[in-house]
Amino acid sequence: MTPSIQPITGRAWVFGDALNTDAMYPAHAMKLDLAEAAKHVFAQVRPGWTDLVRPGDILVAGKNFGVGSSRPVPTLFQHLGIAALIAEEFNSLFLRNAINAGLPALTVPRATTFFSDGDIATLDVTTGRYANQTTGAEERTAPLPDLVLDIIGNGGVLPMLARAGYLPEAVAGLLLSGAGGGLR
Amino acid sequence: MGMTMIEKLLARKAGIPRVQAGDTVVVDVDMCVLIDLQFATTWVQPVRIADPERVAVVMDHAVPAPSLKDATGGTHARAFVKEFGIERFYDVGRHGICHEVIAENGLARPGEILACTDSHTCAAGAYNTGARGLGPVEMYAILCTGSTWFQVSPTVRYELTGRLPGYVSGKDIFLHIAATWGDATNQNLEYGGPGLASVPMNDRRTIATQGAEISADFSTFGVDDVLRSFLAERGVTGFEAADADPDAAYLDVRTVDLDGLEPYVARPGTVSGNAVPVSDIEHRRLDQAFIGSCANGQLEDLRIAAEILDGRTVAPGVRLLVTPASQQVYREAMKAGYLQILADAGAVVTNSTCGACFGYHMGVLGPGEVCLTSSTRNFTGRMGSTEAEIFMAAPATVAASAVTGYITDPRSLA
Repeated sequence: MTPSIQPITGRAWVFGDALNTDAMYPAHAMKLDLAEAAKHVFAQVRPGWTDLVRPGDILVAGKNFGVGSSRPVPTLFQHLGIAALIAEEFNSLFLRNAINAGLPALTVPRATTFFSDGDIATLDVTTGRYANQTTGAEERTAPLPDLVLDIIGNGGVLPMLARAGYLPEAVAGLLLSGAGGGLR
Repeated sequence: MGMTMIEKLLARKAGIPRVQAGDTVVVDVDMCVLIDLQFATTWVQPVRIADPERVAVVMDHAVPAPSLKDATGGTHARAFVKEFGIERFYDVGRHGICHEVIAENGLARPGEILACTDSHTCAAGAYNTGARGLGPVEMYAILCTGSTWFQVSPTVRYELTGRLPGYVSGKDIFLHIAATWGDATNQNLEYGGPGLASVPMNDRRTIATQGAEISADFSTFGVDDVLRSFLAERGVTGFEAADADPDAAYLDVRTVDLDGLEPYVARPGTVSGNAVPVSDIEHRRLDQAFIGSCANGQLEDLRIAAEILDGRTVAPGVRLLVTPASQQVYREAMKAGYLQILADAGAVVTNSTCGACFGYHMGVLGPGEVCLTSSTRNFTGRMGSTEAEIFMAAPATVAASAVTGYITDPRSLA
């Protein structure tokens, strides 16, 4: 059964095209634990951004978002409190990483002109509806496939594996109580 | 309407008559390859896994362990393979970069699906395998359940014509494609045509590997005599190839004339729309030259480097690093005398690892440095400092440039 996914509303941060995984999760940060590594996201692209981002914010990017490595960048976004990703085009490996981490991600045409930094964005991945509360504009795009909604609705694949008995009980308990974010 | 190679492969593995671009399919994964990094960050040993026969563990990114974190990852990996009786465990000493190990040990089979934690897993598309790099969480799920899902992207076909000229290689074919057509986000790439017979397996793997750099999903080559004999030498038999149908639907079909191809160089940042023939590149002094990685640390890459460096020396002020793609490549290159020639010329030959390619250890770049690399990726900061510049070229070009100290056409030293 797929738990329902509610529409998400948050403050938008708008970035450009072809943001690669080295710009979000550089190799030297891979030597750190996830919470520390998260402080290096976009360190060169937008220095100081990780100090400004607040829980519930939404990240908006352009074309070819996330080209590069399999590094679990979306997990770093979750550590920063990012509630959802919007991009004009996702690299498919990056998109899968977001879905599998339980982070809602929606492809929205012309997203970087539809939203500006600081606008209040709303998206509903179950219907494909998205809106800019600041400008009052509202549009609709393709919703996510059911299989993908199922993963996101369950909070990612790890809670699903925990429920299916693949993980040790203590770990599964932590994950299913919602306290296991750091395990991702 | 027929199917492209990858569509046919996915349809067969999903157990349905046909798939087309836009479909979502659920498939069993034939081989699940985990790398050392998977075990170094928040690893939890699962209670049960789908099938230990379909799992391989390869130590490659951070070996021998450069940090306590990586050493602990190694401990986790060894405990995991012991607990579950994983026979395909490539620990330090019989290790290599996973995509080379996959090739050497016949883990990638035509018509089958291979998943691995590294983004360059598309490399195994050279063997007609449906291969993708997937994130650590998804790999963990595949380890447990044995299956995953794919959204089927449209396919672009590259039709190769003519013959590959001397001192021009798979890297140059790829950089030409990246320069000409740019990104392939949410596209599959398929390679074929009459020119393919002149492209050896090592070059095909370079091309397939680098599909990740233009953001492609799967890269797939067909099964021909060159591949068949490569597979037979590695004990891979009894497979069912995924061939494209004559009436397959492609997003685009593009021709690459090999006869007219020159060595290429990518400028720093990206390969997409950012590479030029070596004759058009500016005069750039180098601090570091690197021959290695899953893309270009293969035996033939070390051979061509040794051919160019034989009797020559690395220019003052340049560090030439050579990293064999596996322990097996290292030993074969030693036996053939390549390592002696490279070391005599002033190169540092390292153990096999992903090290310098991803800027983690063994050749990290400092601020203001210029590197010419034959590795996989030239993103800003990829090999260390974000203030370093990374140019990319084939091993022959890197070797010639190490001799002169600036980016040089290898044909000028031939």
